[in-house]
Formats: sequence, structure tokens, C-alpha cells
Amino acid sequence: MRIKCPYCGERALEEFSYRGDATVKRPESLEPSAREAWVDYVYFRDNPAGLHKEHWHHSAGCHAWLEVTRDTRTHEIIDVAFAEKGR
Amino acid sequence: MRYSLGSLLTNALTGNRNWKPVWREPEPKPNYDVVIVGGGGHGLATAHYLAKQHGITNVAVLEKSYIGSGNVGRNTTIVRSNYLLPGNEPFYEWSMKLWEGLEQDINYNAMVSQRGVLNVFHSDPQRDAFARRGNAMRLHGADAELLDREQVRKLVPFVDFDNARFPVRGGLYQPRGGTVRHDAVTWGYARSADQRGVDIIQNCAVTGFRIDDGRIVGVETEKGFIGAKKVALSVAGSSSRVAERAGLRLPIEAHVLQAFVTEGIKPLLDTVITFGAGHFYCSQSDKGGLVFGGDIDGYNTYAQRGNLPVVEDVAEGGMALMPIIGRLRLLRSWGGLLDMSMDGSPIIDTTPVDGLYLNAGWCYGGFKATPAAGWCFAHLIATGEPHPYAAAYRLDRFGLGRVIDEKGMGAQPNLH
Repeated sequence: MRIKCPYCGERALEEFSYRGDATVKRPESLEPSAREAWVDYVYFRDNPAGLHKEHWHHSAGCHAWLEVTRDTRTHEIIDVAFAEKGR
Repeated sequence: MRYSLGSLLTNALTGNRNWKPVWREPEPKPNYDVVIVGGGGHGLATAHYLAKQHGITNVAVLEKSYIGSGNVGRNTTIVRSNYLLPGNEPFYEWSMKLWEGLEQDINYNAMVSQRGVLNVFHSDPQRDAFARRGNAMRLHGADAELLDREQVRKLVPFVDFDNARFPVRGGLYQPRGGTVRHDAVTWGYARSADQRGVDIIQNCAVTGFRIDDGRIVGVETEKGFIGAKKVALSVAGSSSRVAERAGLRLPIEAHVLQAFVTEGIKPLLDTVITFGAGHFYCSQSDKGGLVFGGDIDGYNTYAQRGNLPVVEDVAEGGMALMPIIGRLRLLRSWGGLLDMSMDGSPIIDTTPVDGLYLNAGWCYGGFKATPAAGWCFAHLIATGEPHPYAAAYRLDRFGLGRVIDEKGMGAQPNLH
């Protein structure tokens, strides 16, 4: 598996660190009423067999945070973009 | 047929023509008391203990492929109970005790070999951590010995004791740990369950669940609808995608763990050894090959194969610990799918759907847990109450702050 960093081009997997599912959203609220949303955000995942949006950090490269779309059944990388702010 | 010296002799003298198939291949009945989804080690062990300990025999085990085609046939066969935390250690020690009596219990040679498990350490702080772990084990009735350098040398003289970066200072040794022939575990539990009336139905994938007013009434399968009062999921590696069909979302990510075997060599390693400064664990099979593995690849995958960085990492760990293996050629490598849970510990619990039970989240440690997971899951299914040894493995522990985080990594499945 090689990831095409928008800055650095196609680089080996060893240069990247994995952060996991990019679709979970951090709750805005810190109130106790948001507890369920926080549990959901921290612990629960769709874990799809198929297309998966995920965060990778180019930690041994340019330090960009990337949002990679990858097929978890084949390891085929469909798309690489910069991670969006606020996620 | 019961296996014994007599049955072996009789069959040998009659040209081995009279052996019978070890389990039946029945068509599914319309209804069962319990349907177990997943014919791996855990599912078959659950069927065995449901029948033997609880007298529940109107049971089907549904397997989408052939039994033992998943992780029970893909692991590195190591059994041990060297855990630290209270929620874990009693469970794994019970599993160790069940391994010790397994062959008599199921009348099947599973080649249980208590050759010991040796975790070497390389520094003073690591010695302290291992001494603490050994004490925790002994407090729960397991066996553990803290070995110094010379004691380790007696066990594994070929290890690189004077490695410049990671000199071996000693080891934590569990003499009762060892290896078990993984496929025989599958076959032995299957045979025992089948003899007690359990239907093992292979090539029968579950495609959906029928739920009526919050209660399970059966499963949709490739062979049609099968009614069931209770349904038990034991499909680690695929738990999320199976549970999704029952409307459940789990605290699990699917990952891959690779394993490797070398060409056969003369007897070299008569224990299980692990490297303390990287992730590498190794034993020698009866055919002579060194069987070893290391870290998971670390990204979500359902591909049952990994990538080269981990191959390199495992090889480096092996060479740092025992450079003697440097000229060996690898015969095979393969990957198995894991349920990496959010705290690195498993789940054996009821679910929000009445009558639907979940055994999942075994990370890369499911094989050693096979007997106790089957034992505790059967107890839960039969009585509706969690078994005391598995009471901490709750599905709702994540929201309650009762995580069992053996490695202290937090909610990062790829780091457990």
C-alpha cells in the first residue's frame, strides 16, 4: 500500500501514521446531556467492509493530515485529500 | 466412536478402513433452541459446552465456509494466561485450566503442549513491570517465575544476550503456557458437539436476522429461514458487518494480523519466546518450522492479507532476539482478520435485541481464550446471566468508564 500525499507524491506506507475513521464527528457540547454523543464519538464505529474514509498523518514526511478514501476489502486507495478543519 | 488405544489398534489391524466421518453433515431443521453464527473455535466450543454443561442440544452452528476456515486456523497456536488486569486474568487462567483438561473432556488429541511461555526483558524498568505482572498472575492462581539472565540462558542459549541495544536481562516465564494444535481444537470441539446432537451446518452464510418487536425469532441464511429462540454471534473478524444486519453498531475496528512459518529445521526452540523490545513471538511446530508473528498492520481492513512494513518489522524483531534464524527461508505468510476493540479486551454479553448474544472483540488473542470463551458464552446463553469470569466483558463498559485497557493505549484500536 502506498499513499499519494498531495504535497510529497506517492510515498511508502511506513511514512504514515493511522488515526482511524474520518467520519466520526466530535460533539460540540461539553454538557452532560451530550454524554451519549461523546461515547458514540470515542468508541463506536461503522467499520465498513468497502469504502472507508480515514485519517492518515504524514508523520515521517510533511506532517500533513490527510483524509484517505480506501476500500477495506482490497486496500485500493480511491482518493487522498487534505483533512478538513473541524473534524 | 470413542477414541482409545483399543479403537486405534482395532482400526490399524483392519487396514484403517472402518473409520467413520467425525461429524455429520445435516440439513438445517426449521427451528432450533439456539443458533450459533460462526463455526470457528469459539462457536464450536460454545456448542460443546452448551450441550455438555447445560444440556442444551437442540443447537445449530452455522458457518459461511468450512469450519475452522477463519482465525482458529490462522493463529500462531500459543496459549498462556499472563495478563495483568483483574477483569482479564481470572478469565484467561480459567481458559488455561480448561486447556489442561481439554483432551480428556472432548476425547480428542489436540496436542496440548505445555512447553512454557518466556517473555524476555531488556531493562530494569521492564523487569519491574514483568515482576508486577508475574505477581498479578500468582495472585490469581496462575504460575509465573521471574528468571535471571542465566536461567534464561539455560532455556534458550542461542538468544542474543549481549545485543548492544537490547541486552537480555532476564525473563518472565509461565511454565504452564505453551501451544495447542489449532485445527485439532476445531475438529475436537466439532466432533464432541456433533456427538451430543448439535447440527454443524457448513457453507451456510447468515444473510440477515428476523427480529419481531425487539426479540430475535431466527436468522435468514443461504439455505432459507431458520427459526431460533436464541441467536449467538461468534464471528470475530466480521462482527461489525454481521451485527450491522441486526441493527447493532459495535466499538470495534477490523484489522489484520500477519503470521509466518519458516522451512522445517531440527529441534531448536522448545518453548514459546517473545521479544521484549519489539513485537515478536515465536514457537517451533512439530513439523520443525518456526511459527512467528508480531504487530497488527494497524489500519482498518477486511482483506485477510497485510503489507510489507510489518513483515520487515517482524523480521527485524526476530533478528534482534535470535540472529540464529537469519539464514532461514520463509515458507508462508498469511493474514487473519481481527475484531480490534476500543480497549483491547473482548465482549461477551447480551445485546439490545432480546435473545441475541454477542461474543466479539477478541483482538489478536482469541485462540488462547477459546475454551473459556465457549464456557462463559454458553453460560450466558443458557442462564441469561454473565459468567463471573467474563462479567467484566460487558458491551456497555465503554460508556461507563469500565474499560479493560491492558496496554493503557486509550480508544486507539490499532495501538492495542
